[in-house]
Amino acid sequence: MPLPLSEDEVRHVAKLSRLELDDDEIRRFTHQLADILNYIAKLDELNVDNIEPMAHPCDVTNVQREDRTHAGMSVEQVLANAPEKSPPFFKVPKVLGNDSGACPPPVPA
Amino acid sequence: MNPTETTLLDLRNAIADRKLSANNAVTAYLDRIQKHNDKLNAFHQTFADRALDRADQVDAGSITGPLAGVPIAIKDNLCTPYGLTTCCSRILEQFRSPYMATATAKLEAAGAIIIGKTNLDEFAMGSSTENSAFGPTHNPWNVDHVPGGSSGGSTAAVAADLAAAALGSDTGGSIRQPAALCGVVGLKPTYGRVSRWGLIAFASSLDQIGPITHTVTDAAILLQVIAGHDQLDSTCTDEPVNDYCGQLDKPIESLRIGLPNQYLSDANDPAITAAIQQAADIYREQGAELVEIDLPHTQYGIATYYIVATAEASSNLARYDGVRYGHRSCDAHDLTDLYSRSRAEGFGDEVKRRIMLGTYALSSGYYDAYYLRALKVRRLIKQDFDAAFNKSANGCDAILCPTTTSPAFKHGEKTDNPLQMYLNDVYTATANLAGIPGISLPAGLDQRTGLPLAIQLLAPHFAESRLLQIARIYEKAAGYCGLRPTL
Repeated sequence: MPLPLSEDEVRHVAKLSRLELDDDEIRRFTHQLADILNYIAKLDELNVDNIEPMAHPCDVTNVQREDRTHAGMSVEQVLANAPEKSPPFFKVPKVLGNDSGACPPPVPA
Repeated sequence: MNPTETTLLDLRNAIADRKLSANNAVTAYLDRIQKHNDKLNAFHQTFADRALDRADQVDAGSITGPLAGVPIAIKDNLCTPYGLTTCCSRILEQFRSPYMATATAKLEAAGAIIIGKTNLDEFAMGSSTENSAFGPTHNPWNVDHVPGGSSGGSTAAVAADLAAAALGSDTGGSIRQPAALCGVVGLKPTYGRVSRWGLIAFASSLDQIGPITHTVTDAAILLQVIAGHDQLDSTCTDEPVNDYCGQLDKPIESLRIGLPNQYLSDANDPAITAAIQQAADIYREQGAELVEIDLPHTQYGIATYYIVATAEASSNLARYDGVRYGHRSCDAHDLTDLYSRSRAEGFGDEVKRRIMLGTYALSSGYYDAYYLRALKVRRLIKQDFDAAFNKSANGCDAILCPTTTSPAFKHGEKTDNPLQMYLNDVYTATANLAGIPGISLPAGLDQRTGLPLAIQLLAPHFAESRLLQIARIYEKAAGYCGLRPTL
């Protein structure tokens, strides 16, 4: 059976998923995902015209609460698990200057 | 009484009647964990000091409630503000939750003592507890076999009497399948019956927390405590909570049980088929009417589930970015690099596979073919159940079927073939897609292997009370509860 997806597609999906994978991993995942997608192709047997998609298992309505402020977590608590911080901020590497094009530049003030 | 070889009900009563101190109970369980956990790897952390301190408060009368002094284990995807909350993933290896999951908070408010946190497949993704970053859990009935998953640590802990009961979570069968493989009771409540606040999200429209116990009565006691509305989870229903314990032994008039043709295939192990037949005979003897039913879309359950669950997972797990909490790669050059490396280093293979499958199913050009189609088939699956349970069309009160196709498989048997592992959920995932409650019950031991067998009962939305009553009928008549492995 031809593979339903190529290594290049898996590379693209890995990029969208923000997962750095090496060539061996790409090869392995391509075959495993292909197996799974071939199985999932079962769903094509069904005629689903005019069937309403169901994203949620129970009949639900929107839930609202009173618009009142209440205490949240302190800055200290929020930062407690941060791998790198400079209170009251999280620290991250530079955002600009990479060539991936993945992060749009900030809107000028 | 031996505090570690009993039921939650008897243990609770003994402590309440001052026949046993909570301190003695907790000490006995901690000793047993000390003795057997190396062999099983059911717990990956215990809270001995905190547990003993709370036990002393129970004995002093300052902690009271329907679970006062009872040692309970919780799956380590439930947040606790003490100890670590890891999901058994490298990415959360050092994570300390600032808050407590509602289900756990309710247990503690009822006087329970959280004795430790149990092993799971990383982020609850798996059916064997072999995907944990902290090593696999072993089945107490035979350590060469898997305990099932993803709540395998919790079911192994209860089966081996390392805790009087446990909480698990069930996204596609992760309470019921390991309960079946370990010979204990596992209940997945209706979606929305128990708050998911503080349950680390895997697939938000499928995840549900539930009890793992030795008996149906114990499951009713725990559900009574953890069920109910919670403002912190907008999908948690305000449907009133029934008196599960009070209804349990009430007789049921004109009980109808459905046997789905699609679940009774030749693919099932003969011992499983025999267990279902025996259960059907038991219900007939107890006056129930057994009817054949059709759930024609059953065969599409796994394909649908693995699109819906992975799509939701790919979105939920986007939060692990190495910035706010969790593992952060040391050698990232820029922000995108930080995300990609932290996630590659922090997640295991199964989690990566599912994130990619879900990302693919949601990606431009494939959304309609995979995700949207799966959501439509999901409705067809739910409509199968609606028709089976439709009272105005002579529908049944519950469905009797296998939990799994076979008893516990061996370690390593399915780890190289993700699709084979996924097919484990064939009889359980449809209940999550439809949001209905299901329970797995011990059905004796397989004569050939000595491993536990199980049956499953499914019921309509919010029919937990009726489901537990029906389960109790089987449990009383079959006499399989109380079987224990030799460690």
